[in-house]
Amino acid sequence: MTFNGWVQIAFFSLVIIAVTRPMGGYLHRVFDGGRTILHPVLRPVERAIYWCCGVDETKEQGWLTYAVSMLFFSVAGFVSLYALQRLQAVLPFNPAGQGNVEQSLAFNTSISFVTNTNWQSYVPETTMSYLTQMAGLTVHNFVSAATGIALAVAVIRGFVGRETKSVGNFWVDMTRATLYVLLPISIAVCLFFVWQGVPQNLGAYVEATTLEGAKQVIGQGPVASQEAIKMLGTNGGGFFNANSAHPYENPTALTNFVQMVLIFVIGAGLTNLLGRMVKDERQGWALFAAMGVLFLMGVATAYWAESAGNPAFAAMPVDQLAGPMQAGGNMEGKEVRFGIANSALFATVTTDASCGAVNAMHDSFTPLGGLVPMVNIQLGEVIFGGVGSGLYGMLAFAIVTMFIAGLMVGRTPEYLGKKLEAKEVKMSILALLALPLAILGFSAIATVVPAGLAGPANTGPHGFSEILYAFTSAAGNNGSAFAGISANTFFYNTTLAAGMLIGRFIFVVPVLAIAGSLAAKKMVAPSAGTFPTHGPLFVGLLVGVILIIGGLTYFPAVALGPVVEHVAMNAGTLYPAP
Amino acid sequence: MLREIRPAIAMIVVMTAITGFAYPLGMTGLSQLIFPHQANGSLIEKDGQVIGADMIGQNFTSEKYFRGRPSVTTEADPADSTKSVATPYAADNSAGSNLGPTSQALIDRVKTDSETLAAGGAAKVPVDLVTTSASGLDPDITPAGAAFQVARVAQARNLPAVKVQALVDDYTETRTLGILGEPRVNVLKLNLALDALAP
Repeated sequence: MTFNGWVQIAFFSLVIIAVTRPMGGYLHRVFDGGRTILHPVLRPVERAIYWCCGVDETKEQGWLTYAVSMLFFSVAGFVSLYALQRLQAVLPFNPAGQGNVEQSLAFNTSISFVTNTNWQSYVPETTMSYLTQMAGLTVHNFVSAATGIALAVAVIRGFVGRETKSVGNFWVDMTRATLYVLLPISIAVCLFFVWQGVPQNLGAYVEATTLEGAKQVIGQGPVASQEAIKMLGTNGGGFFNANSAHPYENPTALTNFVQMVLIFVIGAGLTNLLGRMVKDERQGWALFAAMGVLFLMGVATAYWAESAGNPAFAAMPVDQLAGPMQAGGNMEGKEVRFGIANSALFATVTTDASCGAVNAMHDSFTPLGGLVPMVNIQLGEVIFGGVGSGLYGMLAFAIVTMFIAGLMVGRTPEYLGKKLEAKEVKMSILALLALPLAILGFSAIATVVPAGLAGPANTGPHGFSEILYAFTSAAGNNGSAFAGISANTFFYNTTLAAGMLIGRFIFVVPVLAIAGSLAAKKMVAPSAGTFPTHGPLFVGLLVGVILIIGGLTYFPAVALGPVVEHVAMNAGTLYPAP
Repeated sequence: MLREIRPAIAMIVVMTAITGFAYPLGMTGLSQLIFPHQANGSLIEKDGQVIGADMIGQNFTSEKYFRGRPSVTTEADPADSTKSVATPYAADNSAGSNLGPTSQALIDRVKTDSETLAAGGAAKVPVDLVTTSASGLDPDITPAGAAFQVARVAQARNLPAVKVQALVDDYTETRTLGILGEPRVNVLKLNLALDALAP
């Protein structure tokens, strides 16, 4: 570990703190009927969209209609994306001549992008045409993220509403999230990325003759436009196979920094939006603090583990000590321009949120370094989290926390002025159980059937980690991978897709039900017996509940993977190729 | 509730038009106008021929050149498209090794490579020279990795080592704003400069 490494991590943390309030303020104006500086330009577009789509923007929806709208929208998105992949060979914008995508892969990819997972079973540069990348994948980068934001706003309205049935209007929230939040930031960031060296063209792949006279075919495409929304919408689906490790996707230290900030900015801003909407910003900062604590724990562990390097190299003439001339550490699967600190930080950030972009190969991380991203996802990606999903996930944990606190003192719990009763607690538990069910259930199946065992590229505990990480990533709608696993098979394409569906929809429908139930309740004025939810005691309890639920659920599985591998690594045990 | 089917379909169409066509195509036009060099992949041309791109590494094997990091990228076998052949720095098929830290294959490879590079000398091999990058296209090596190769390159080109080291120092990029990223040397740019210095 180096001093500079910690400075980079500290600098990143400060920037996130600094952007939270401005982002929250902007989101507040967008979703609470205010005017933004973009209204003169975008308001007419917004109206035109509603007119085209037959949406009455003044019409409020109950939670069930809201959920059904969201589901119909997801189905429509799935169908269009599936069709695009299956027909891309005969459609335009295909200079590399990519063929139609095979059925199970197209199915998996469509589910993946509709659920904001962006798991990629395919190698993009040899599979997807430019048209599929733009009109299919880029679109879902926007709308799946906008859907997440809309859902979070609906859940907040549940806490704010007083004896009402309404949680908002899905079409309006989704459209506003796209038009006022995602699109303008993406346009600015896209230009910044191009300036830094990210390509943005529709040309054919370039054939270069290297200095030594060899042929090198260099992939091209509309990369920057997808890259911007890939980070901002916590999507994470790379234009190229190597994702944000590819020098075209993430060419400089500056683009890398901006990408990490983009992953967190909306998730952090949403905590502030919650505070503003419940008219007590401290409530937002309390959630922010809990997220911050978990984030720092993760990044410190990952940075420490990766800096230590691989003990097996100690007997070889290899220098892995950090110094002014090199970052040292475990450099397998990492890029020189990012070194250890930025690779560990990026891995933590991308899995705290449900982004899943990677700038280093998690598969080659040390066991404990790779444990951090895995556990981050398993905890529910509530650490700033996916756009929207992070906040509503954290609110589910907050409800459980208040329930436990209520049990301790024998009083009906309240949170943000609403009484939490059996229905809210049951629905929270249902939502929180969906993730482990999918992760552990499918992992267990994959470790006993031949089709599952055929996947891993490593043997021993690391092979198990690859399987566990794959289902963790899918159910958590993350999309990063221990990428050695051969997931482009019928078995993995279908089971992973099922995991993604459970992780997204079995989670969000109960959460919307909570919102509906809360909205119908009346506000309770805080009394002397009310447990304050803006102080360090609440933050500590919340962090504790998250870690205890996560620990109890996943410890046995994690012990068989990364923990065993860590012990084996230190004992000098090696595992042969499969 | 079935009334929501129409907006669902219409919204997908409208959003595809806005975010799937207007946005990427508009950005392509704008980028081509403002930053044409970067938007087209920051290609390097020599005598009218493309020889590479600024930030895409290439494979160097000659003694006269600094070498980049090991790369495990592959290409489809021209004889049998279901198989792939090792093709380092294949810039249309980026990939890392994805070998775990306890993989026998990883340890064997690093052992062989480091012993070859160290050649029995006292100097240890900087770790970036024996580990594969995440993309297989890493354009950079660390300053330590460059310094390690200076003597070999200087000898192959009949140049004084100090002169080669001075060139390495010129081509060493420092951290952005003094904070972000890691110091690095772009191998392709360095080798181009070497060729210009002593063809």
